[in-house]
Amino acid sequence: MTDVAHGHVGGTGISNVKLGMWAFLGSECLLFGGLISTYMLYRGRVTGGPRPSQIFDIPFTSVSSFVLLMSSLTMVLAVSAAHKDDDRKTNLWLTVTALLGTTFVGGQVYEFTAFYKEGLGFSTSLFGSSFYTLTGFHGVHVTVGIIMLMSLVGILTRSSMPGKKAEVVEIVGLYWHFVDIVWIIIFTLVYLIPV
Amino acid sequence: MAIIERPTPAAPVVVTPTETYGLLKRPVSSTGWRSWVFTIDHKKLGIMYAVTAMFFFIVGGIEALLIRLQLAAPNGKVLNADLYNQMFTMHATTMVFLFIMPMAAGFANYFLPLQIGARDVAFPRLNAFGFWSLLFGGIFLNLAWFLGGAADGGWFMYAPNSGPVFSPSNGVNFWALGLQIAGIASLTSAINLIITVLNMRAPGMSLMKMPIFTWMITVVQFLLLFAVPVITVALFLLMFQRNFGARFFDVAAGADPLLWQHLFWIFGHPEVYILILPSFGIISEVLPVFSRKPLFGYPFVVFSGAAIGFVGWGVWAHHMFASGLGPVSVAVFSVATMAIAVPTGVKIINWTLTMWGGKLWFTTAMKFAIGLIVLFTVGGLSGVTHSIAPSDTQQTDTYYIVAHFHYVLFGGSVLGIFAGFYYWWPKVFGKMLSEKLGSWNFWLMIIGLNLTFGPMHILGLQGQPRRMYQWTEARAGEGFFNLAFWNSVASIGSFILAIGILIFLINVWVTSRNPQRAPLDPWDARSLEWMTSNPPKEHNFDVIPTVHHLDEFFHRKYEEDEATHTMKQITTAEDLIAEQERNADRHIHMPSPSYWPIVLAFGLPVIAFGLIYSYLIAVVGGVIVLFAAFGWALESSTAPESDFENPNSSAELVKHD
Repeated sequence: MTDVAHGHVGGTGISNVKLGMWAFLGSECLLFGGLISTYMLYRGRVTGGPRPSQIFDIPFTSVSSFVLLMSSLTMVLAVSAAHKDDDRKTNLWLTVTALLGTTFVGGQVYEFTAFYKEGLGFSTSLFGSSFYTLTGFHGVHVTVGIIMLMSLVGILTRSSMPGKKAEVVEIVGLYWHFVDIVWIIIFTLVYLIPV
Repeated sequence: MAIIERPTPAAPVVVTPTETYGLLKRPVSSTGWRSWVFTIDHKKLGIMYAVTAMFFFIVGGIEALLIRLQLAAPNGKVLNADLYNQMFTMHATTMVFLFIMPMAAGFANYFLPLQIGARDVAFPRLNAFGFWSLLFGGIFLNLAWFLGGAADGGWFMYAPNSGPVFSPSNGVNFWALGLQIAGIASLTSAINLIITVLNMRAPGMSLMKMPIFTWMITVVQFLLLFAVPVITVALFLLMFQRNFGARFFDVAAGADPLLWQHLFWIFGHPEVYILILPSFGIISEVLPVFSRKPLFGYPFVVFSGAAIGFVGWGVWAHHMFASGLGPVSVAVFSVATMAIAVPTGVKIINWTLTMWGGKLWFTTAMKFAIGLIVLFTVGGLSGVTHSIAPSDTQQTDTYYIVAHFHYVLFGGSVLGIFAGFYYWWPKVFGKMLSEKLGSWNFWLMIIGLNLTFGPMHILGLQGQPRRMYQWTEARAGEGFFNLAFWNSVASIGSFILAIGILIFLINVWVTSRNPQRAPLDPWDARSLEWMTSNPPKEHNFDVIPTVHHLDEFFHRKYEEDEATHTMKQITTAEDLIAEQERNADRHIHMPSPSYWPIVLAFGLPVIAFGLIYSYLIAVVGGVIVLFAAFGWALESSTAPESDFENPNSSAELVKHD
């Protein structure tokens, strides 16, 4: 987090913490790049168990994707409230964002369970392994985001946060939007483009 | 301690640390082991990185000597086949991930903030966390030796060979998880140093006035930032395959064995430049100082370094020419590989022209730098022979490859690191390493390394495969090119090399017992890190310098004589530093030590243990990590001012930096 000796805005005009988050997200692009490439290589390779087209429930996943996208909107509202120093509204929108994120993760858990019952286990086929790995990694990222959002709410309520509040909210927001954007790519490549 | 009060030495600062996280008080010791374990000072962490790396260098070196003992004579009996596999795997893994990378991180940590005129890095606690992750990851990796055998699949751990069928011990699990932990260290240090360079340069220091070492380190951090996540993915896939029954490398399920190779080398080739560029940076500092000339073509050295960083992403498949990629891929990667030799050649020319016409001063540091130019060129040229795919098909998996990468890594990276030791030792420890022992160190290493790795070219072209654990007299051949003779030469060479390194350690020991202090500016150096005391103060600079020139320190000492157009000395380092001390900033807030980095890093190997042995342990590790993460987030990195109330002085605290 920011600190006194290092809180100054240096060469780029962007604070250290925010620039650090951007660098981290740059690195994350390659993480998901690797996972998505693996999935794209293996998505059609089914030696046993169901094929993608047999189990995907596109309307259901579209709804949960819409929920996740809406959480980006509420995140924007939270950042905007934080910049206006409105703690009550910041807390409200952060909570709503976390709830929408939880709904998405809940949907993913439901989906995984349903797929498993239809015969697609982690070890069933290359498609199974790479599908669960890719979407699972994304789900973990959303979960980490939810933990950060809820921690922010807790910390804001106790108002014991080191550093500038609005900026911390904004940085968590950067992470949240990134995770959403990655989902748009995953949703398109995994669900919408037929094998 | 986190605050430097001046000029009141009589009234020490009273520190009453506030509780963090409602549980622990901030660590405050400025002496003893606590001052090291909880430190977030980039200089202490730099030394800790270097000591750790040196330790693993010795471990990896012993592994290398065992390999050479095994191959010294026909039908070697020192190691059995299985142990031999573990030995070369861990030798390479240790040298790459636990010696050269952390050693470069040590140099970067220590000197990068000093070279850009900063008082610390952008994220001091992240810095400490990176170091502890590396140390714990390295220990974790090596614990496999005692828990059923180390990893045995070669340092690139090709799948499916690294699957449970062919590597049934836990070694590969330890390897995958240990590298994952060490990778976290690389990622955090990359983010940290990139932001430090972008945001924390002294006033006036534009990017093109940055010392070249800092430039090369910056390029390396960008490579790390984007290369580490790729190996992270590969390691996860391997771990899921081994521990959770995923099918990624299961050919029976239709898997593509090349997936691992692509992922590994997309990381692995940038990694090659991650290993060499720091040493390029070091000798680009050393050569101008001991040639008494500015670096020839500074922008060319900068941009060729950046070009290597870019092109380095487009050559990974030259490690896979023998895997049946298809003619188009092979042609493309072949040409790209030839192209990447160009920026490297540009650097060699720049270094040579830096020395051209200079007043050369053959100190040990300079000798190592020249050694790098010569031997790296040898390794670079054998590298170009690999870029020609038909020739590479002949060389793949032979000792010729082993010869090539030892010339670039030992003749390149390691010689650069030793140049750095001798050049910067007086800055870090305030004492000069013995030049006499240094000369022995240098010549034994040069002779040893040429005797060890030179014959490997011949061995390889004669067809001796890599990773072969025994050779037999009957198949060694006859005449000048017989394998028996050259294998024994290589083994003798490796012990000469080891004696050379032993002399370095003796030199360190002798120097530490020598009471004589080094002068402030023993080499008449050029860059900002020398404009500090020996060793530098905790806050580095009494006054943050304003930069006007490339080689700022040199331009403060020298001025151009109008009449003769030569540079003449106008002041000394002693005077410059005395002037700084007179105008010192009165109150400097430095970030405070913290418990959380080491606690958080400790949780990682606990989780990894749990993944191998019992998920219950993993849960405990997860709790430690979560607990430490919250402790970290809720603690501000600089203790509040109330912690530093000095009852003896009512002076108002002024924040600087």
